[in-house]
Amino acid sequence: MYSFDPTEEQQMLVEAVGKYALNDLRAAAREAEESNELAKKLVSKGWELGLLQASIPEAYGGFGERSAVTGALALEEMAFGDLAGTLAVMTPSLFATPILLVGSEEQRQTWLPKIIEGDWVPYTAALIEYILDFDPNALKTMATASGDQFILNGEKAFVPFAKDAEAILVYADLNGVTQGFIIPKSAAGLTISDEREKLMGLNAFPMYRVKLDSVKVPAANRLGGASGHDFAPVLASMRVANAALAVGVANAAFEYSKNYAKEREAFGVKIAQKQAIAFMLAEMRTEIEASRLLTWEAAWKLDQGKEDAYTEAYLASTGAADMAMMVTDRAVQILGGHGYIREHPVEMWMREGRGFATFTGLAIV
Amino acid sequence: MPIEFESPKPIVQTQFVLKTVAEEMMRSKSRYFDEHEHEIPWDYIEFMHTAMKAMGVGSLAPKEKRDGNGHEGEEKKEKRPPIAYQVLAAQIEALAWGDVGMYLVTPGGGLGAAAVQAAGTPEQKAKFLARFGEEKPTFAAMCMTEAGAGSDTASIRTRAVLDEKTNEWVLNGEKIFVTAGDKSLTEYEKLGKGFVVVWASIDPSAGRAGMRAFVVEAGTPGVKVTKLEHKLGIRVSDTASISLVDARVPFDHILGSPTVEKTTTGFKGAMATFDATRPLVAASGLGVARAALEFLKEKLAENGIQIRYGLPRQKLTNIEREVIDMDIMLKSAWLMTIKAVWMADNKKPNALESSMSKVKAGDVTTKITQKVVEILGPLGYSREFLAEKWFRDAKITDIYEGTGQINRLVVARQILEYSGKDLR
Ligand SMILES: Cc1cc2nc3c(=O)[nH]c(=O)nc-3n(C[C@H](O)[C@H](O)[C@H](O)COP(=O)(O)OP(=O)(O)OC[C@H]3O[C@@H](n4cnc5c(N)ncnc54)[C@H](O)[C@@H]3O)c2cc1C
Repeated sequence: MYSFDPTEEQQMLVEAVGKYALNDLRAAAREAEESNELAKKLVSKGWELGLLQASIPEAYGGFGERSAVTGALALEEMAFGDLAGTLAVMTPSLFATPILLVGSEEQRQTWLPKIIEGDWVPYTAALIEYILDFDPNALKTMATASGDQFILNGEKAFVPFAKDAEAILVYADLNGVTQGFIIPKSAAGLTISDEREKLMGLNAFPMYRVKLDSVKVPAANRLGGASGHDFAPVLASMRVANAALAVGVANAAFEYSKNYAKEREAFGVKIAQKQAIAFMLAEMRTEIEASRLLTWEAAWKLDQGKEDAYTEAYLASTGAADMAMMVTDRAVQILGGHGYIREHPVEMWMREGRGFATFTGLAIV
Repeated sequence: MPIEFESPKPIVQTQFVLKTVAEEMMRSKSRYFDEHEHEIPWDYIEFMHTAMKAMGVGSLAPKEKRDGNGHEGEEKKEKRPPIAYQVLAAQIEALAWGDVGMYLVTPGGGLGAAAVQAAGTPEQKAKFLARFGEEKPTFAAMCMTEAGAGSDTASIRTRAVLDEKTNEWVLNGEKIFVTAGDKSLTEYEKLGKGFVVVWASIDPSAGRAGMRAFVVEAGTPGVKVTKLEHKLGIRVSDTASISLVDARVPFDHILGSPTVEKTTTGFKGAMATFDATRPLVAASGLGVARAALEFLKEKLAENGIQIRYGLPRQKLTNIEREVIDMDIMLKSAWLMTIKAVWMADNKKPNALESSMSKVKAGDVTTKITQKVVEILGPLGYSREFLAEKWFRDAKITDIYEGTGQINRLVVARQILEYSGKDLR
């Protein structure tokens, strides 16, 4: 059957997330962006919503079951409030969810309870690299087998909270395939830059470069254990997350510019009464819906283990990145000169809008 | 029901069956009828009629409304959620994949029956829709458009006046662009007696509030098909002009309420029809788009060009990017269409989703077919293949049942909570 109604449980969750997104994240977003600083209390409050905790089974200290659909619903809603805040709240998921999805039993037992039973603690993951032609399936960071351990060399970029992270899940190329390696912060040869990444957007979200100079990783710390793991489901889950976040940010920009257009007057009428504006809004709303449904379908296919789930996730993420750029650009356009001024949030959303072409790896459902 | 994207079994089955129909009865004749405008595809009409009768149905219309016996409760007993509109959308998409022009020549009532379903009383549904299950294939059509009133439906000039002596409505006016108007009104030996639903004003001073729909049966004196258009595409579908000169219809042929309240009931009836039919038109466009995209992929594969899904954008070739973008457009447009009809099935108000699906389908259907012809180059432009025909057929999706602009207006009014006065 086709159905487009979230369950009651999902609706309650989304409602709770929505309140936090607006009352807390959105309220703090501009200041956080300007000061490069997210209040720890704000992040903790988001963590207490229990999104990650609810996606991990009791056996590992959680109280639910992972659902990509629920994840997508929640991420969209939270990103409607603020993207940087959302990414911060969900950073531990970057480490925990791949372990849940493709980790070994031992890895799940070791890490999951530790991460989710307490307060928000920065566990993170490193996928992106600072190179032209970046491709998550053709990484330049290299892992080589050496006896019963692996040696990692290379440099990762955009690594959330790396400075404070207890451990990092580092993705590297092992014989032509992307594999994850769990690396504690004390590992010899691991250097984290002092300076944060300086990007076009996401100023409030701390990210760092991470250098790996012959870092030794015991075979047991290879994601999935000695025999490793399939990277495809991890990447697909990152893509669904990216798509859901893009929909959330786009929707924020749409709602804001729509409300503005209903207030702002020019030539004796509200600008929303001009077709040139109204049609932009209609198209923005239509494309948001298109991306949202494709994202939901990809998430649902992931949950169902459908064979085209990975392709669908790719399409959803690719489509959402284009959509978010179009929608956020138009939001600025609808506000005119005022859209260009940092008093309004639309310019921030526009900077984030361009980012979704690059953000895969910063979140996961 | 939680969020779910599993095609229901009836949809999978109907898609399977209709694929064969599309290939054998439609694709094989597509070119012929494109080149012989105004010839009638009797084989297809008779085949579809026989097939639908064998399945115990007389048309493609949704099941719970088709019998008109007021047995809508049956759906509830079955416990399964209703999916009639979803099945219909899937059928239309599948047939349009074969040939969208020929799909428009499927007997069984089309937009005329849809109007009766959306605006008629239970008695009217019973009276007017029963014919589609009978011996001969039968057509119905919807007449809104006039030479001076296209998008601006509220300015139609066709008049209906009640003759109180005979208790009949007397209709006068001139309708154009009526899909299947000829097959609905002209008496062909092989066809049953059809009807057209004519929108007219019973009180021009009341504007929209005065608009009403009337069922005008074939054979009604004073009703004539005066012209058949020659078109860019969908040439196998007749597009008729119809003149009404003192055409008399019985009192109970007025759909819904005969009184002119101070409300806009009549106009709302028309709009309710559109809410139901717009996603179906979207589905018909998407069938064409899928045909074109699949054809392109076939040709690329034959030439050893693979689409490497999953690569980052900057690593893709231009053709790969184009194809992937088209996949995204087509899939998401289909999901929007399915959502709109799913809402109709579940009796959720869907004016916004219905118009959004039409906006999106109008866009992607034209874009995809245009891109496909471009990428195929000479093969795309040649009449040896059907891509150029699909390009021509596709364009109508963005024009009828509300142009792209009109549907954007509807969407904009919904999201802005504006009336027609606030945003024209
Ligand atoms: C093949 C075919 C089959 C058809 N079948 C049927 C049928 O079965 N029954 C029926 O009743 N009609 C039918 N139509 C008519 C069709 O619905 C109309 O052609 C359509 O609604 C547009 O009206 P118009 O052609 O008068 O264009 P116009 O209304 O003159 O529009 C011209 C242009 O102006 C734009 N425009 C108009 N108003 C506005 C506005 N307010 N804001 C912005 N832009 C605007 C339009 O989008 C369009 O681009 C059919 C048409 C064709 C070509």
